[in-house]
Amino acid sequence: MSNSQKAVVYVRLKDGVLDPQGVTIHKALAQMGYEDFISVRSGRFFELEIKADSSDIDQKINEICSKLLANPVIEEYSVEKLQ
Amino acid sequence: MKFGVVTFPGSNCDYDAYAAVRHVMKEEVEFLWHKSEDLGGSDVVILPGGFSYGDYLRAGAIARFSPIVRQVIRFARSGGIVIGICNGFQILTECGLLPGALMRNAHLRFCCKHVYLRVENNATRFTQACAKGEILKIPIAHGDGNYYHFSEEIGKLEDNGQVVFRYVDQDGNMTPEANPNGSVNNIAGIMNVEGNVLGMMPHPERAVEQILGSTNGLKLLASVRDSVSSPALAG
Repeated sequence: MSNSQKAVVYVRLKDGVLDPQGVTIHKALAQMGYEDFISVRSGRFFELEIKADSSDIDQKINEICSKLLANPVIEEYSVEKLQ
Repeated sequence: MKFGVVTFPGSNCDYDAYAAVRHVMKEEVEFLWHKSEDLGGSDVVILPGGFSYGDYLRAGAIARFSPIVRQVIRFARSGGIVIGICNGFQILTECGLLPGALMRNAHLRFCCKHVYLRVENNATRFTQACAKGEILKIPIAHGDGNYYHFSEEIGKLEDNGQVVFRYVDQDGNMTPEANPNGSVNNIAGIMNVEGNVLGMMPHPERAVEQILGSTNGLKLLASVRDSVSSPALAG
């Protein structure tokens, strides 16, 4: 494991794009009695384990995000690098 | 002329499309395996419905990178005729041959029923056998058919006549109740600017014999056939 690095990619729907799953979860929370939550937006994340000797890895992560992990029409992504 | 029907792991309407072409229209058709890089000399390629690669990540997201789709993209960019039905439509938006995206149905439920479509543009190779405004009864079966794009892009689609089909009620009225999935402007099917690539969520290949409840889907397949056999008619 010491020979690798890690990154986490978060993908979420862009602001303004309706998130029916988030809306449904929010309704469920209200039904459960939790009235504190104003809204819920859903998303997903990906843990990437990366070879330690990779070069240009930031650029490659951005490439895979825009080509595959996220659909740029409706989604945005952010990347968190872990040591 | 010859049709090609792509089979991905998880396709489940490939045989329906094959049967509609072969047994109903009596035209030549061949299955194209997802790992193949050969379109077999097809004049028209159909990307069928189903759940390619299990719909993992997003519907159509993985299929986009399969060897056959790379060839389909090349084929389409050189003017080849491509029809994406349901999952095929999702693949066409994911790979950029058609604009926009297909999101989870607004009510979150899988929706399987006959719907009514209004032909918004009949000056296309896909609808030339239809009258403008004609109402077609064709089934849908999807969980991710909610067509979305930015409002300015929707405006371009509308202005260019790229919106080919809209969900309407039986009388042809575009109502919220007739919209089965929340699609912007009740959009059910669009084509590219060049007019050689069509994507639609409803299944014309499931409406080709009276016993199936409708033969309206045949008009679309016949339109495409005639556009190849008698190119002068092509829009």
